[in-house]
This record gives sequence, C-alpha cells and structure tokens, in this order.
Amino acid sequence: MGLKTFPGGIHPHDNKSFSKDKKIETMPLPEKIVIPLSQHIGAPSKPIVKVGDEVLAGQRIAEAGGFVSIPMHSSISGKVTKLDKFRHPTGTLVQGIEITSDGEDKWIELIDDSNYMELISKDMKDRIADAGICGMGGAGFPTHVKLSPPKGKTIDTIILNGVECEPYLTADYRIMLEQAEDIISGLKILMKIVDAKNGVVGIEANKPDAIKLFKTMLKNDKNIKVVGLHLKYPQGAEKQLIYAATKRKVPNKGGLPMDVNVVVQNVGTAIAVYEAVRYKKPLIERVITVSGKIVKNPKNIKARIGTFYSDLLEFCGGTTEDIGKIISGGPMMGFAIPSLETPMTKGSSGLILFDKKEAHKEKEDVCLRCGRCVDVCPLNLVPSLIAHHVRNDDWDSAEKFGVMDCMKCGSCAYVCPSHIKLIQWIDIGKIKVNEKRTNNT
Amino acid sequence: MNDVFAVSAAPHIKQRISVSSVMWQVVLALTPALLVGIFFFGIQSLFLTLYAVIAAVTTEALIQKFRKVPITISDGSAVVTGILIAFNINSSSPWWLPVIGAVFAIAIGKQIFGGLGFNIFNPALLGRAFMVASWPTLTTAGWKATTPMSNLFQSSINGLRNLPSNVPDVITSATPLGVVKALRDTTQISSDMANTVMDNLTSMNTLQDLFWGNIGGVIGEVSAAALLIGAAFLAWKHIIEWRIPISYIGTVFILIYMFGGINGMFSASILLPIFHILSGGLILGAFFMATDMVTSPVTKRGRLIFGMGCGIITVVIRLIGGYPEGVSYSILFMNMVVPLIDRYTVPKPFGQIKRV
Ligand code: SF4
Ligand code: SF4
Repeated sequence: MGLKTFPGGIHPHDNKSFSKDKKIETMPLPEKIVIPLSQHIGAPSKPIVKVGDEVLAGQRIAEAGGFVSIPMHSSISGKVTKLDKFRHPTGTLVQGIEITSDGEDKWIELIDDSNYMELISKDMKDRIADAGICGMGGAGFPTHVKLSPPKGKTIDTIILNGVECEPYLTADYRIMLEQAEDIISGLKILMKIVDAKNGVVGIEANKPDAIKLFKTMLKNDKNIKVVGLHLKYPQGAEKQLIYAATKRKVPNKGGLPMDVNVVVQNVGTAIAVYEAVRYKKPLIERVITVSGKIVKNPKNIKARIGTFYSDLLEFCGGTTEDIGKIISGGPMMGFAIPSLETPMTKGSSGLILFDKKEAHKEKEDVCLRCGRCVDVCPLNLVPSLIAHHVRNDDWDSAEKFGVMDCMKCGSCAYVCPSHIKLIQWIDIGKIKVNEKRTNNT
Repeated sequence: MNDVFAVSAAPHIKQRISVSSVMWQVVLALTPALLVGIFFFGIQSLFLTLYAVIAAVTTEALIQKFRKVPITISDGSAVVTGILIAFNINSSSPWWLPVIGAVFAIAIGKQIFGGLGFNIFNPALLGRAFMVASWPTLTTAGWKATTPMSNLFQSSINGLRNLPSNVPDVITSATPLGVVKALRDTTQISSDMANTVMDNLTSMNTLQDLFWGNIGGVIGEVSAAALLIGAAFLAWKHIIEWRIPISYIGTVFILIYMFGGINGMFSASILLPIFHILSGGLILGAFFMATDMVTSPVTKRGRLIFGMGCGIITVVIRLIGGYPEGVSYSILFMNMVVPLIDRYTVPKPFGQIKRV
C-alpha cells in the first residue's frame, strides 16, 4: 500500500478491539449538562445568559472572548440553573454554565443551504466561527483561526487527520466509516476557504476498511489523496502527520503548520465544519469512545457536549470492577481526572476506565542512561537530559535542550525501564520556563 | 463512590519493562556463551562464574546496607557484572581471582560512584583491568588451548617454536592474537615464515574454529557464535542497539584491513580483519561491554562516535601498543569521555530552523 511514516515513535498495544466494531449509538438526552467556558485554546468565552433563563438546543449562551476564542451553545433545551466553577476534563476547575433539561429537546431553527459551496470564503468562515468549532482531536484550537493565515502565508494543502493513533479510541474510525460523505464535504469546504489546491486524508494502516472506503469515494477527485500511514504512535501528532504525508518539516520553536503551507484538521472537525456551513448547526454534539477492560459495554457514543462522564458510563452499563483510574482522552496523552462528575467538551475523544491494577504506577528508579527515550522521541529531543535539568532546577538548560518543543506525546516515558516520570518533569519545566519568560517581559 | 482515583501525569500505559527485566535478559543472553565455555573448559568454568556472581552480589548488598540505601541486588545488575568478570578469566584460574575481581568491580567500579546509573566505568572492565594489572601472569600467561585445536593453528605455533631462542615470548602468550602480534614485532622471523604463519592463521579453518569456539581463550570469549546468539536476542528485545557494536567492529575491520598486514599498508588479506574480530574479546566487548547502558552515550550520534573511538583505540593497541588485546582498555578509555561525547552530540530537534 506504500505506507508512510515519521522517524521515532513506539508501538503500544492498540486495544481498539473493545469498541471498534460498535456502531455509533446516540445517547438519550441527559437531565443536566454543563458547558465549560474554556473548551479550547485561547480566551474563555463570556456568558450571555443568567440563572433562570430558558434556552433552546443550539442557542448561543456565551460569546467568543476574542478572535482566538469561540462562542458556546447550549446542547439541550431547558433552563440555566447555575453559573459556577465545574470540573474540566483536564482535571482543573473552570467556569461553566449548568443547564437542566426540560426533556423536550427543542432546537433553534437550522437552515439547509444546498448551494453552500457557492458561498464566499469569508461567509463560510463566519459560519464556522459562529458555530463555535474548535479542533476536536484534543488540542482544541479555534478552527476559524487556523483557517486565517496572516498576510503573506498561503495554504496549499489541507490534511484531514484520521489517524487516531491513541490506543482504545475508535470514535474517529467509526465516523469515517459511517459519515464519510460528510467528512469529504467538510474537507472540500476547508479547501475552498483557504484556496488550497490539495487535500489529504491520512489514515493509519490498522483501519484498512476506512482507507478503502475513502479511496473509492475519492477516486474522481484527483486533487485529494488518501494516504495510508504506518501503525505507529504518535502518527497522528500534527507535525508527524504533516511530515509523513508531505515530507515537510514544521519548524521547531513554535513553528506552525501554516509555516509549511499546511492546515491540519481532525476528521470530526470536518463534519462539524460541513454541518455549520450547510445547516448553520453549532457544534453541540460529538462522538466519544467509552472503553476499557472493565467497561461492561464499551461504545462509541454520539452525545451532547456537556454530558457528564458519569452519564456516559451509565449508558455503557457501568463497570465490572472497581475503577482505579479515569482517563479523559486517550491513555497516552489524556488526563487522569479525580471524578466522573466531569462534563465532556468539544475536544473529548474518549473516556477510558482502568481497574486498580492497570492504574498502578511503578516507582521511579535512577536513570540508566539507556537512551531508549532518545531513540523513540519523534522530535529528536533527549528527554532524559531535559528531565535531568528540570530536576536540578536548571530552567535555562531545560529550555536550551528543547523542553518547550516537546509535544508531550509520552513515547519517552512509555519505553523508560526506570519508570522515570519524564512527562511530569517536562511539564514542570514548561511551566517554569513560561514563568521565566513572562517575568522577563 | 468514595474511591480515590489515581491521578498522575500521562502516559497512563507503559511498556512492560524495568531495570531488572533488562538486566535479567542480559543474563539470559550471556548464557549460551557460558554453556559453550563449560563445554570446552569443563565444569570449572561454571564454578568460577558462580564465585564471581556470588562475590558481586554479596559485595553490592553489604555496601548498600552499610550506606543505608535500599538493597537492589534483585535487579540483576550485579549478577551481570559477576558473569562478565568470570568471562574475562581463563578456566584454570584459582577461585579467588574472580572473587577479588568481582569485589573490586562492584566496590570501586560501581558503588563508590553511587551505584547503578552513576558509575563512569563499566564495572566488569574495571575489575578485569585490576586483575590483569595485579596478577598479569595468572590472567594472560595461562591461556589455555582447547582440544582439539585447529591443526593449522597448532602447526603455526609449532613453526614458531623452531625459532631461534632469542625470540622467547611468543609461545607463552600464544593466544592467536599474541601470535599475530609477535609476527609483527619480531624481526628475527624470516618474512617467508611470517607470511606462512599469517596465512595459516587467517585460513578459513582457523576462522571457523574461532567462530564456533574450537580455539582457546578466556571462558566467555571462546565462541563468537554463542555470543552473537545472545547479542541477537538483546537486539531483538531492543536492549542493545546496533550503533555501538557495528561502528566498533566496522572501525576495527577497516583499520586492520588498511594497516594490519605485515608487509605494509593494504597488505593484509581480507580475512585478517575477520580474524581480529573473531579472536580476543572483541565480540564480547562490542556487544556486551561497550553497550553497557550506564557507561555509553545516550545520543545516537554519540553512540557512533563511541563505537568508532573504541575501534580506533583497540587497533592502535593491537598493532602498536604493548598488548595483543586492547578491547577492555579502549572501552574504559571511551567510558571516560562519554560525558563529553553526550554534550556535543545533542541532536538537532525535529524541524530545526537552519541558520543561514
Ligand atoms: S520528549 Fe516530548 S516529544 Fe519527545 S518523546 Fe517525550 S513527550 Fe514525546
Ligand atoms: S529511557 Fe529512562 S532510563 Fe533510559 S535514558 Fe531515558 S530516562 Fe534514562
């Protein structure tokens, strides 16, 4: 098939079999939801409702807090019952809006603009911004911002990320099989907005049926390529995907895909883009994988944004054993959170549950200097060295050796025989270097 | 639900690997060579190995107890050191030799620096150097030929025996490498004879014997094949990586081919480098000692440089230096410069902007 890939990386067991053959199920309306006001990178959204207000599904309840920000919409119809701090899937507490359902699921009015491809680029982009779309692969960068390159930068290629290299997760896989048409429509919109000549759909080799499906569907679109990628983590990381698909290297030290004339969007985001441009439908639902050895019925669930993880788990029949760890996102880069009373966000791709044994953490040994972390780092860093400098409070050296470049893919920590908590050290390093930088300005 | 859920930094899954699993796999990889050693040299080899292992492990435990740090003998690293010490002596050594070597290796080579992960030198090599320096006759002179030894090799040595008596020391250190060295260093041997002996040494028969283990040596070096089986296993398990052994052996190959012949540059047969690679401790050193994680560079380019450095020094010692061998000193020397190598070989990050 001529698979492509990047240097470095690891081969964790993909554990996708729990949920990969489960068709997407739509979750019954929850009684209560919470819309966190920071689901994205950038300024938090500003609420425009107050307690007691009646809202419809799809109604705007918070404005974008700036250009690099997005508005928020209620995902159900009902009454605003609380404006408060709530737990966020990254483990922190953030401001959110609680809405209690009236059980009727009354929606705002949507349109059906079948001539949507005739729209000018700016109108398309406005509809995307109005729909509150941000990257649905996890990072959550506002999509309309990604589609607005500064003057002088052109985009010639849109890459759709259908890699889903995190173990356990199958939500993207399912939407690729079940909503391929919408994804392709979304891709064409994205290409039109930035006037990109080429489109690429990158899919990992463990999803041969999805590769085949897209190849068949796109056989008449000469400017869109389907690229099969080697089964390797982190194949779905933006820079690694761009390199594998185009051989272009995004510059380090804060370089962006647009520096190499590329924009990457997740396949789920493409669907949201299509629905926003054609139907003016805000992003208020998404597909999320609930999985793990102890989950009774692992599923891919289409659920409203703001649905509590506890409700999702209940919909899957709960667990067969005591929970040891709750992971929001995938097991490599996701966050371990202290409570299931956490709402899912636009970036929630998975909810993974571990039993006590799987949650067990080995204690840190001394670094053997074995170099395994160096061998797997896709960014060519020396993780052991960075960790060493962070440990010694030497922020300057940590910065010099690329602590800020690290994308926290976790490959290094995955292979370390001494169980060094490399990501934790790198995290501390990132925080300290940031502090240092702000103090200096 | 009042459970306390584990909250820790990503990643939440981990490869099943630990310090002890690494070390015990190294032990496993050394086993074929040990078995061949026992086969050729007798059960004595096993006992010597056991003495070394017991001494190494006990020393580690005692020192850790004394230092009031956790006792980590179950991680297998002291076992590896013990085995490697025994691999570096010959089977007719007295029982106390490996014991002293192992105690020295652990105490001075490892624990003085703070234990595993902090040592600069490969402990086993330091132990070996200590044994060689303190009891040179025991470690070098007692080289023991196995039977049946290659006829050609035997006749080569016999040829040398008939030399004038002012060429004294050729036979006493008649390891294959010793013979080669003598050929280069002695002017009294007629060049015809030297060439014949050289040809014999590098004949396919001798090389085959060296490969399979049909020729003398210290316990662990006797069979290149057995060592390579172990090395292949470690490479398959990603415990050793190709860069150090390949650059080491490759460098030796090229340099010996260029300078190893007795009639000037490029006079060597292509088999001579192979002879050099298969005899002495090069295979053991390149795959099991130079690759020691703690004492070799972490960067990929650093590993190449490290291997090349080991190769250059080994050849210099073998061709010009005072010893027929040279593997252990070259690795020890390169151990010393590892911090320097690491420092100057930090790779360019992915996407590094080229400065114009
Ligand atoms: S250092 Fe960063 S980028 Fe490199 S492997 Fe570790 S987490 Fe990934
Ligand atoms: S993998 Fe772990 S033990 Fe090995 S060099 Fe990296 S940090 Fe050290």
